[in-house]
Amino acid sequence: MTSQNTKPEMLSGAAMVIRALADEGVEYLYGYPGGAVLHIYDALFQQSKVKHVLVRHEQAATHMADAYARASGKAGVVLVTSGPGATNAVTGIATAYMDSIPMVVLTGQVMSHLIGEDAFQETDMLGISRPIVKHNMSVRRPEDIPYLIKKAFYIAQSGRPGPVVLDIPKDMTMPNERYPYQYPESIKLRSYNPTAAGHPGQIKKAVTALLKAKRPVIYAGGGVIMGQAAEELTELARKLNYPVTNTLMGLGAYPAADRQFVGMLGMHGSYEANMTMHHADVILAVGARFDDRVTNNTKKFCPDATIIHIDIDPASISKTINAHIPIVGLVKPVLAAMLAQLEQKKAQPDAPALATWWQQIDEWRAVHGGRYDNDTPVLKPQAVIEAVSRITKGEAYVTSDVGQHQMFAAQYYQFNKPNRWINSGGLGTMGFGLPAAMGVKLNYPDADVVCVTGEGSIQMNIQELSTCKQYGLGVKIINLNNGYLGMVKQWQDMNYESRYASSYMDSLPDFVKLAEAYGHVGIRVTKPEELQPALERAFASKDQLVFLDIHVDPKEHVYPMQVPGGAINEMFLSKTKRT
Amino acid sequence: MRHIISVLLENEPGSLARVVGLFAQRGYNIDSLTVAPTEDATMSRLTLVTHGNDQVIEQITKQLHKLIEVVKLQDLSESAHVERELMLIKVKATSGEHRDEVKRCADIFRGQIIDVTAKTYTIQVVGTSDKLDAFIEALKGASIIEVVRSGVSGIARGEKTLTL
Repeated sequence: MTSQNTKPEMLSGAAMVIRALADEGVEYLYGYPGGAVLHIYDALFQQSKVKHVLVRHEQAATHMADAYARASGKAGVVLVTSGPGATNAVTGIATAYMDSIPMVVLTGQVMSHLIGEDAFQETDMLGISRPIVKHNMSVRRPEDIPYLIKKAFYIAQSGRPGPVVLDIPKDMTMPNERYPYQYPESIKLRSYNPTAAGHPGQIKKAVTALLKAKRPVIYAGGGVIMGQAAEELTELARKLNYPVTNTLMGLGAYPAADRQFVGMLGMHGSYEANMTMHHADVILAVGARFDDRVTNNTKKFCPDATIIHIDIDPASISKTINAHIPIVGLVKPVLAAMLAQLEQKKAQPDAPALATWWQQIDEWRAVHGGRYDNDTPVLKPQAVIEAVSRITKGEAYVTSDVGQHQMFAAQYYQFNKPNRWINSGGLGTMGFGLPAAMGVKLNYPDADVVCVTGEGSIQMNIQELSTCKQYGLGVKIINLNNGYLGMVKQWQDMNYESRYASSYMDSLPDFVKLAEAYGHVGIRVTKPEELQPALERAFASKDQLVFLDIHVDPKEHVYPMQVPGGAINEMFLSKTKRT
Repeated sequence: MRHIISVLLENEPGSLARVVGLFAQRGYNIDSLTVAPTEDATMSRLTLVTHGNDQVIEQITKQLHKLIEVVKLQDLSESAHVERELMLIKVKATSGEHRDEVKRCADIFRGQIIDVTAKTYTIQVVGTSDKLDAFIEALKGASIIEVVRSGVSGIARGEKTLTL
């Protein structure tokens, strides 16, 4: 950084892009070169602070950056060229947007004077990305680059996080035109100033309501993970001895092994979580947005509950479900303030009511409790996840794709720590899992990183096995291979009299040979007794990518499953049983 | 319920598209929209007329607030305000009787005839949207050739302001 009394350094636009990333503390940049960004790539080549990861398809670059953000809490950064490079990144940007993940995406653009002329590899990336970004901007003067990059990071990482696209026309990066470089330390915008602390009066009201509860539940979502508030949430829950349920995005916010944890809620939530929610008289919603996969029919949602809703985004409050006590703010300081008030009040929750409530919850636990029929010669997908959870002690980073395997991973892996469960919850992006695992492994090389996937999803970004080889990314791929697009098939079984319209994966590749062709290890598991040795072999090394092609029961369904149009407590518990 | 929402917006390329896009993306209604820079050229003021139930209007204002370029906004219809719309209307005015009739009607609505040809009058009328609707209704006898309406602009009455 240049001090004020010396002359600022003169850099080209391209060099400023890279230098600003370095000054922002960015270690890895995920991307793919092309015409419009060649000046930037040349600047990248001439330094060593920012390292570039070459993917095989731009979508993978966005998922890598996204997963890094989910694991670390810091924005991931992507660099792609104009036109097809940018459009290939769109799915990944939308994925990050739906799950409020901070990401900065630098997209190349054709020369300014060519914009609007349908030039080669021109596309209106600002227009295309507008509905799926927190913000987007374009560079109009090269000297603005440091400011715009700082602004992009500030917007992406503050308030409710999200992806920011910065479109850079090629003529903004000319190597021979130099401008004074100074990276701003901070930024202030008159039009954007997100609230941090919650309103003290509302917090007081919330604490009073919580203490009066007879049948309370804490419903915690992804906001607790991205808001780094798992510790405060856990402390609050323990202090009150209230049951906790996590959303799909919130898994790990409260330790799964803890007695107070009643499991995930929602469409494939646990019986006890959904029952607890439905019968609650006070719901403390923390960083969760009452998504339709949680509420089921909003008209029948939790009829007796007073709802306290903490969220950084005022638009998430009372969007689908009316909040009685809304608190706008970052979950971390709000929870801390609630803890402080509890301390001060010295009031205790209603112990006898709570004892009755816990008794009721334990009865619900006994009804289903995540049991599945494991007494068969065919390997069950649930059993695979349980085995992976055991061998990694619930401490691995687990990424997933989308479908039955994702739900099995969410239900049967014991997430005891936040930021360990990395999946596309909002957009439901197949093809997310492998690049996401790569993004985590690259940044946490000593950790176990598992990609739970299916034979459908894995083929959506299978080309990234090549990137894994190049960068030595030893992720463990758990391919729950049932030969069907499992979740589609489940719906077809339940709603379309088992007419499997295009849900059968005909002509599957030999995944073991495929892994080997890319220079990795492939292991096929077809019998229950082969599972444990295969897992032990796979997890023996941290550096080797192992592709476990595990043949599981094609008939298995994910249960519980909410009855369409029903209340949160109306569920199918097995193929033959419903509430 | 009809609402008039006033928005102070950073005067930057693409910021208007963001507002319009938000309405399209989330399925909100836009009945009319006007926008122009304010006395401070870095800011535009936008007046948007929409309708929806309370929950929808609450979401509209919250979602607008979330746009990075929105500096401030106000739901004018929540309190006393003045609203005006400008209309230019071209009508056939051929016979003498016909021309008198149109002129009389324009006078009643305090409209001004701003262009005249042997066969047409162009009239300018300013007022609330209801008044402009009533003028069109009153002219139904004459044949309307063309109507241009500016959309509503509005401002709060008294001390209440929407400024930085």
